[in-house]
Amino acid sequence: MEITDIYNKLKKVFGDGIGELKTDVPVSPFFFADRSKINAVALFLRDEESLQFDNLSCLSGVDYDKDNLAVVYHLFSYALGHSLIVKCLIPKSDPKIQTVSDVWAAADWHEREAFDLVGMVFEGHPDLRRILLPDDWEGHPLRKDYKVPEFYNGMKVPY
Amino acid sequence: MSELRTEELTINMGPQHPSTHGVLRLVLTLNGEIVTDVKPVLGYLHRCFEKHCEAMTYPQVVPYTDRMDYLNSMNNELAYVLAAEKLLGIQVPERVEYIRVIMCELQRIASHLVAIGTYGNDAGAFTPFLYCFMDREKVLELFEMVCGARLLYNYIWVGGLSHDITPEFVTKTKEFIKYFRPRIKQINNLLSYNKIFIERTAGIGVLPQDVAVNAGVSGPTLRGSGVKFDLRKDDKYSIYDRFDFDVCVGWGERGVVGDCWNRYIVRAYEMEQSLRIIEQAIDNIPEGDVQSAVPKRVKPVVGESYVRTESPKGELAYYIISDGSLNPYRIKARSPSFCNLSVINQISRGHMIADVVMILGSFDIVLGCIDR
Repeated sequence: MEITDIYNKLKKVFGDGIGELKTDVPVSPFFFADRSKINAVALFLRDEESLQFDNLSCLSGVDYDKDNLAVVYHLFSYALGHSLIVKCLIPKSDPKIQTVSDVWAAADWHEREAFDLVGMVFEGHPDLRRILLPDDWEGHPLRKDYKVPEFYNGMKVPY
Repeated sequence: MSELRTEELTINMGPQHPSTHGVLRLVLTLNGEIVTDVKPVLGYLHRCFEKHCEAMTYPQVVPYTDRMDYLNSMNNELAYVLAAEKLLGIQVPERVEYIRVIMCELQRIASHLVAIGTYGNDAGAFTPFLYCFMDREKVLELFEMVCGARLLYNYIWVGGLSHDITPEFVTKTKEFIKYFRPRIKQINNLLSYNKIFIERTAGIGVLPQDVAVNAGVSGPTLRGSGVKFDLRKDDKYSIYDRFDFDVCVGWGERGVVGDCWNRYIVRAYEMEQSLRIIEQAIDNIPEGDVQSAVPKRVKPVVGESYVRTESPKGELAYYIISDGSLNPYRIKARSPSFCNLSVINQISRGHMIADVVMILGSFDIVLGCIDR
């Protein structure tokens, strides 16, 4: 299915929850979804007969711009062979977003990673802990304003 | 008789444990010998590669990708370089494409040999391990001949290759193909169809198809569950559409589809397919300059690219966001082992501790790839 068809289908169901389709970007077209509707959007994408996005290929947390973080979902359908990119903007002042780990199990660890490194909170995630960094780490390294700490637990970091 | 007092026991498997294939800790909850819960603890090898990349230029990232899945550097480089080239809109010469495919398939053989050898070792079969490493050595020698490095190559560059191949490499590769074909059969005789090995792996850790797809499992682990999907065939990146090869899936010859043995046997048969690809490619390498398309200055436009490739472990993808400067704004590596490992809890419950070792081995994880 073409991206415009998928987009129109979603737009019809979710209305304002789906932002404008961006096709003028150099590589792949994408659209924004509302962060408070992403779980319902995800469920629809997975279960709708003509879409069947059964696989979440990748979930990336991004420090998107000055005021926003973003989560980027790369979806793929083994059943139908098409793919899709959906993004969600999250304001830095209130970094919360719905989880999709109940829709795709693959999101579980990816969301933990995004929480760990970029620092958005996935509401409804069953076990939101740091995954790659130690539990007592402070800050989220993939934020653009992150400063490498001089000390870790009283030990001087050598560089 | 008074009732026996029983309680669940929590033990750590790892981080220093030979069967966790690196520094991985599994927190096992046991009811007697039966595992009731597995919690993987990651991050012992975390270097925040993605953060480092943001301070590098695009070509400088390539050596970092080498160190992700260090048994599989060529495929790592290819995935990153394809994503960068897509962003830059570079078309590389035919010769480069052919050499890349040959290198990646040789690397796939080397990687699968480690997977098979160490997996046999997990089951107590030490001999196949030595045989596999002997053969892997031959592949590494080929790499050494081309670029001087044996493990971390920095060979595939954005737009080209660091070195051209020599006629000697072509002869040696052909010799290797001739030598290696019977060796696959030998490995199968030694290990794959060994009765003890089958009893240890068949019917253990069954991963159903729908669970695998939903959890983002990919590569031989997914094909072991009977999903006939290979990005080389289905996504046709690079020039894989020109070669004739089969996609191997677990078909339940021993055990049931989706168990450890089926995940394992996919790798054994994939080596044969890699040989077929190399055979078709090695005689058809066109002439040309391998560095003619290497850009002097890599400065892509504002945009992003996502390229998925089939690494020996599974679906390896790079997501690159460019802000139009010399450094990537964000690089995210979608590592196959990371997703594959995430199903371990689900399929290990109810098995013995010894079976968890076999299940973990059957994913063929590399911690450098998981922790990044």
